[in-house]
Formats: sequence, C-alpha cells, structure tokens
Amino acid sequence: MVFEEKGIYTVHEFTLAIKGILTGSRLSDVWIRGEISNFTNHSSGHRYFTLKDKGSQLQCVMFKWHGNNLRFELEHGMKVVVLGDIDVYEQRGQYQLRVRAIRPDGIGELYKAYEQLKNKLAMEGLFSPEHKKPLPEFPKRIGVATSPTGAVLHDILTVLKRRYPVNILFMPTVVQGEYAAESIVHSISALNNTDVDLIIMGRGGGSIEDLWAFNEELVARAIFNSKIPVISAVGHETDYTIADFVADVRAPTPSAAAEIAVPDRQELCNRISRLGDRLTETQRRNINDKTSYLAQLKAAIEPGLLLDMVSHHTQYMDDLARRQNLSMQRLLEVKKSLFAAHAGKLDAVSPLGTLSRGYSITLKLPDKALVRSIDDVEERDELQIIVNDGRIKCHVDYKEVCKWK
Amino acid sequence: MEMSFEESLAELENIVEKLENGQLSLDESLLLFDTGIKLVKECDTKLRNAQQQVEKLIEENNCLKSEPLELLDENSHEK
Repeated sequence: MVFEEKGIYTVHEFTLAIKGILTGSRLSDVWIRGEISNFTNHSSGHRYFTLKDKGSQLQCVMFKWHGNNLRFELEHGMKVVVLGDIDVYEQRGQYQLRVRAIRPDGIGELYKAYEQLKNKLAMEGLFSPEHKKPLPEFPKRIGVATSPTGAVLHDILTVLKRRYPVNILFMPTVVQGEYAAESIVHSISALNNTDVDLIIMGRGGGSIEDLWAFNEELVARAIFNSKIPVISAVGHETDYTIADFVADVRAPTPSAAAEIAVPDRQELCNRISRLGDRLTETQRRNINDKTSYLAQLKAAIEPGLLLDMVSHHTQYMDDLARRQNLSMQRLLEVKKSLFAAHAGKLDAVSPLGTLSRGYSITLKLPDKALVRSIDDVEERDELQIIVNDGRIKCHVDYKEVCKWK
Repeated sequence: MEMSFEESLAELENIVEKLENGQLSLDESLLLFDTGIKLVKECDTKLRNAQQQVEKLIEENNCLKSEPLELLDENSHEK
C-alpha cells in the first residue's frame, strides 16, 4: 500500500498497512532463540507466551493445530528455539510471532523434555514389566530397522552370522533428523505386517540431539503397540532413550542386541551333545538296572534249587506208590480169603449137586423163568430143561395136575 | 510333518527327562531312546546347516515386498 500525503488512514487501515509490510518481509519462517515467560495454556488449546532475552520481549502464540506436535510441555524459564512467522494482531495493534514448532534449546532443556515425557509415559504404564513381551527363544526371522548406511546393520549381521544364522528382514529407516521419528514409527508398523518374530531397532551412538527421535512420544507409542517384541539398541551403553524404556528388551549396543536376540550356536551344540550324553548314560544305567534285576531273578530260580525240589517230590511220589502197593496187596488178600469162604458155602447149596443126582431144572422160554408149578406153563409153551450135562429145548403137549404128596 | 528346531529340542529334553525319571517299561524306554538319538542328530544337523539369509523390505504401491539384500564388503563400513 502506498502512503499518500493527503490521505487520512483509519486505525484499522494503518494497522493493515503495517501488517502488509511485516508479513511481506523476510521475517517469516524464522528460528528465534529465547526464554519462555508468561506462559498460559488456554482452554481453547492455543498456547500464549512471551519469548524474551536480556534486551527484548516477543509476544508469541502457538495455535492448537501446531501445538499438537509438541513433544514436551512449555515451562516458565525454559530456553527454547521457536520456528514461526511474523504476524500482527489487529485488535491490539500488536505484532507477534505465530509459532509453528518449538525445540528445547541446549542439552539442559532436552533433558528436561526427556524427563517430562519419561515421567508421563511411566505414569501411563508404558514401561511396566507386565507389558514386556517375551522374546522368542529361537527366532526364525528378525526384522532390523536401522539406517542403511551406518555400521549398525553390519554389526548386527556379523554377530548374528557368528552366533546363530537366522533370516533377517532389513527395513531401511531414517534414524536421525527431521523425519526420523516418523520413519521409525513407519518401520515398526511395516515390520508388524511381515512374518518376523522379533524386531531390532537401533542406531549407533551420538549426542542427545542425534538420538532425539528415540525420545519422541510417537516412537515410544509405536514400540508399545508393536505386537512383535522389540529390542532397542540405541546409542552406546550409557545412553538411555525413552525407546529403551518402552522396548521389551534394551540392549546396550547393536551388537549386544544381536547377541540377546539369538542363542549361541556353539552353546546350543554343546547343549544338544549334553542331552545326547544324558540320553545314552540314562539308557545305559536303565539297561544295567534291568540286567542286574534279571540276574537277581535268575539266581532265585537257580537249577540246584530246582533239582532239590524235584528230587524231593520224586521221593514223595515213590513213597506214595509204595504205600499204595502195600495197601492194595493187603486188600486183595482179604478179598481172596473172603471169596474162598463164600465159595465153600455156595458149593453146599449149589443146584449142580442136585442135577448130578438125576434131577432137572425147567425154565420157560423165552424169559427163562423157573417153572415151579403146573400153573406156570400152558400148552404149546417152549421150555428149556437143564440136566446134569446139557440143555433140552421142548414144547408142552399136554399138562395135568397131580398131587404127589 | 517335520518338527521345527525348537520343537525337536523341546521334545528331546522331554524324552531325556522321562528316561531319567525311570518308571518306564524296557520296550518304552528303548523306543524313547531311539527317538531321542534321532532328535539329537536332527537338531545337530539343523544347527550346523543353518544359513544366514538377509532380505530387504521394500514397499511398492502400498504393498510390502522383500528382496535379497546385497551385503556390502566389510571394508566399506570401516570408515
């Protein structure tokens, strides 16, 4: 807008003119270092504060949509570097800086931000042991998220190759600078969509600024939400990042991460050979035990003993046989004499004597019934007559009752 | 179906413990022993034959793919 000598501006027009000059200048997209004071976090979500140094003050506003990416909360007296554009707040005729990003200035401030986030996530339970996933004992495929250029990948591969060769899926990841946090988050989620059963996430040592991505809240949450266990290996042994606290296991170095990730092949070989030894030793003892038990059993049924037992039985059998013979003989003798006595008696009453004296015995056929009376026979009956020296078969021709006595 | 290395190893440990606890018939123990020896050989062979294979994950049209990663010479890292 051009200043005209005769024209008269309204306040608003004048303010707009100033605004035009300021916003058209090179005072946009600038980094400014200072100390925060008069900070208010308004309920609208916008943040208002004054950035000051020894000589001057600068009004600042950070709108909600920019503040959402803030990785720490502002505090009075905090030294920061802010990125913003010059702006004029017309209602009050005030120039101010519209802040888009704030970074802690200097290591002290970074540590402050780090402590802040660490406490916050610890309160939320992101570091709790019960959320730590166990690592697979024998991983089949390990996802490695790290820089394609650093020594980290090389270190990890070397250790893995030496200890226990395993399949590796490498995910090139930006681990430092502006895009690092997003790249790390992306890598973790991409690896979660593969068949890896373990993730090693790492980078080599560096300053706290270099490692800063691993202190970002979104990285911490990505690790926490990973379904696959994560080993973090960030920086050197003494560097602890937020990622280290959230990870399921923290390794002091990338090489150490590889050592934690897999068992040692040589140790495994030894373990297997020890198992083999135990197996054969146990079986040898097992068979020895059974053999000696068998020997024990065998001794119990020793042949001498058996023979003893057999001869004892034989003797007993012999004895029995002898006694049986004896009693049989005695019995036979008794029966014999009894028989002789009966035979004598029988002879005395035998009909044979009668027959020899001329008598005969008449039997009626066919049932050989003794004929004692005239009534026992009918005419034409068949009879058998026994005489002293034979039998006579004859028929009844005639019968007549007689009284002999 | 072939057992994985860890399944074989776990089975082997199981067998050794069973044998060490005794209480087995001779036939059972012989059978277990036989399986155990086979597993020892199997585990050993698997372990000795394991090879490192390195692939690189790449994304193409929102699809995840992997391709063999060509490893650089060891010297190129030592700068």
